[in-house]
Amino acid sequence: MPQEYRLILKHADEPGYTPDIDCYMRNGGYETLKKALSFQTKDLPDGKKQTPQEQIRQEVTTSGLRGRGGAGFSCGLKWSLVDRKSGKPIYMICNADESEPGTFKDRQIIHKDPHQLIEGMIVACFGNDVHLAYIYIRGEMPEGARILNRALAEARAKNFLGKNILGKGYDLEIHIHRGAGAYICGEETGLIESLEGKRAYPRIKPPYFPAILGLYMCPTIVNNVETLAAVKHIVQMGGAEYAKLGTPNNTGTRIVSVSGHVKKPGYFEVEVGKATLGELIFDEKFGGGLRDGRKLKAIIPGGSSAKVFKAGEKFKVKRKGPDGQLTPVEVDLLDLPYDFDSLQQAGSMSGSGAIIVMDDSTDIVAALANLSEFYAHESCGQCTPCREGSLWMSKALHRLTNGHGRKQDADYLIRIAQGIQGRTICAFGEACSWPVLSFINKFKDEFEARGARDEAKHSSSAGAGPSGEMRIAASPQH
Amino acid sequence: MSNGVLTEQKPAPPPIEKIKVKIDGKEIEVPKMMPDWQGKLQATTMLQACELAGVEVPHYCYHPKLPVAGNCRMCLVEFGTPMMGPDRKPVLNPDGTPKIARSVLPYEPTSARGAIACASPISPGMEIYPSSPATKQMREGVLEYLLINHPLDCPICDQAGECKLQEYSVDYGKASSRFAEEKVHKPKQVNLGPRVMLDDERCILCSRCIRFTKDIAKDDALGFVERGSHSTLTKFPGKNFDNNYTLNTVDICPVGALTSKDFRFQMRVWFLKESKSICTSCGTGCNIVMGSRENKVYRYEPRENDAVNSCWMCDHGRLNYKWINRDDRLTKVGGSKLNVQYQDGAWSTALRAVSDALKNAATGSVAIIASARQTNEELYLLKKLGKKYDALTDSVGRMDKGDHLLLNADRNPNTTG
Repeated sequence: MPQEYRLILKHADEPGYTPDIDCYMRNGGYETLKKALSFQTKDLPDGKKQTPQEQIRQEVTTSGLRGRGGAGFSCGLKWSLVDRKSGKPIYMICNADESEPGTFKDRQIIHKDPHQLIEGMIVACFGNDVHLAYIYIRGEMPEGARILNRALAEARAKNFLGKNILGKGYDLEIHIHRGAGAYICGEETGLIESLEGKRAYPRIKPPYFPAILGLYMCPTIVNNVETLAAVKHIVQMGGAEYAKLGTPNNTGTRIVSVSGHVKKPGYFEVEVGKATLGELIFDEKFGGGLRDGRKLKAIIPGGSSAKVFKAGEKFKVKRKGPDGQLTPVEVDLLDLPYDFDSLQQAGSMSGSGAIIVMDDSTDIVAALANLSEFYAHESCGQCTPCREGSLWMSKALHRLTNGHGRKQDADYLIRIAQGIQGRTICAFGEACSWPVLSFINKFKDEFEARGARDEAKHSSSAGAGPSGEMRIAASPQH
Repeated sequence: MSNGVLTEQKPAPPPIEKIKVKIDGKEIEVPKMMPDWQGKLQATTMLQACELAGVEVPHYCYHPKLPVAGNCRMCLVEFGTPMMGPDRKPVLNPDGTPKIARSVLPYEPTSARGAIACASPISPGMEIYPSSPATKQMREGVLEYLLINHPLDCPICDQAGECKLQEYSVDYGKASSRFAEEKVHKPKQVNLGPRVMLDDERCILCSRCIRFTKDIAKDDALGFVERGSHSTLTKFPGKNFDNNYTLNTVDICPVGALTSKDFRFQMRVWFLKESKSICTSCGTGCNIVMGSRENKVYRYEPRENDAVNSCWMCDHGRLNYKWINRDDRLTKVGGSKLNVQYQDGAWSTALRAVSDALKNAATGSVAIIASARQTNEELYLLKKLGKKYDALTDSVGRMDKGDHLLLNADRNPNTTG
């Protein structure tokens, strides 16, 4: 049976472990930084030289680390895309704007082991020739900002930050910037705009790829908290060693947030792909199963924007056979390994690593209406399809939950959602349309039944036809 | 609306490399680089390439003289690029032509993934499909989303007749709406400043006015507040929208959100006769279009001329037209010394009288007072006449304060001839 594998959260919940620098250093803290700063230029077999910075980037590439923020993009590849010849400074930003509903992993690192993030960040900055970095922390986490500021001051006092770090001639400063409470600030270019002091309107790509034209139009790396914490361990243990954790192409450990109708909601660090969705929900060591007497209805596997799974679904997932060939294998929902590739092949994503469990007490229409309201509230309003579509969907869904539904609303909502995805400036378009598309596609009967019930109610109670009455109720100016 | 801009893109100077792209199946060679809104050479965009090919790409937020925002999404087009094999060489069709990989949604490969033509650079061998069914579907989608919360008050809207929502509705709109919810309500009749009114419900949040005010007029006075569908255009608190270029925002507003206090409710635009002219209110000489009906002038609008005024003109010049139709304007001619009574239609008599008087005039006895608001041609002839009589020739400007953009300190157009 799978176990928790605590790499990043190794000490976080140990009794007596405190977020101060002395405690961190008693447990081997900042040794990795010393190691990284003492890397020497290496001669490669092909006669070329590899600088210490290139060695760190190489280790991260070898580790196969994929971003822990949501998209699962290769961290090594992201770093390799940075424009290092522009002559402009390179900035590093730690994305600590953890706002995806259901996700509460980064705050564990920030609150319980902030120096681990800072050490990982310094190492990552050194590896990318960064001399100025920012931690953009979610506005709703004031305590986290306080803890990080204290930790930064401690690190500065010990010369892990500042000028000529540990006498090695490397300068770095890290600043904390608090958001003001907007989900869109987690989108990396929205975050950059916000950091520049503007409205967090995501930038159009092309041309504004952060690796080339990021913060202040300089090359910029934006990494998630957990990703940067993992960098510390990669440099500490070596990329190849880290890659042995987890499964091929889904290496390392991940902190999974399990919430919803389980007995033991919480966060669990596991090797990626070593535990299945079912184990993470039902195993005593993880979610501990559903509430007594309840049956599973649906799972959102990767934060609220991931497409929902319906209990009992089966998927074709490509598995490597004994002959090394990839062959599709049928896998039950609960047997899906919790990794990037399997969930993607099953039509959803592991996103921010947040599993939201819904049992059979859930009103699926109300659940979607709730999610949709969140997205309508958080849409930044910059581009048309998302701005208008997110509120449209939310209004239609609340009409359904308020007893003014129509049978056709299921298809109506699907068409609205299809008009958003793929047409927006940032991935928020997908984030707000995917829940609607997947909920309605998989639970269409419930949506149609709700609409049909309302139509019947209205046609029997009053003389007016259902659609006419609804129009009058919903749209007084008509 | 000054919309000559669509067709008046200048081709880049010759040394620029050309690349071949296909637009709606037709191959066309276009410059690799073209001037951006500031005139700086940048990679040619799909929209510029389509314009060179004579294919119009509908858009709201894009304006050739403003920074690209990419927010309206109306210019989304389906496109494809040459497919590359694992050997990094183009994959060929059986007939030897390069195989094109149409851009699709990574998570739904049956659906096209459009690119915004205004901001997406072209690449060699690229195929753009501005007339494909997928492109049309995207435009219909975007237009529908723009209209769901729009008040649809065209009958009382000043923009009617020159409104991009109306124009594109003809091509991409639906006869009836499937929107069954209550519309978002926002402030109406917002007084932005002394010359501009705002109707926030009509606003499609394209940000043209914000970008113009910030980047051209250099007066960061406008912005959005609130989020999502509740986003609202407004002026900064405590600041009035009162620079000398505010009325340009009314021109570039693609809908009826921003209206000129001077022009609103005065005349339906389709009744206006448009005459090309030049503004006479200062020495800059902005190119304009005069809108008139039955010999009454209703408005001036700027006419694009990159050598003079780009697409803009100042509020001072724009509103300085009322004298044309003023009742107390001196239209009669006459004079006691000429023995001509002030009256309409006395021009020929008066001119003859002047000409007779000048015939017998001695050199040095003639003075001529002329206005530098007259045309260069008139002033040239007057000067010639003055020389003949050895008359004193002097030119006096009407000096006031100029500004950083278009307004010249000399309010006379032709002081220096």
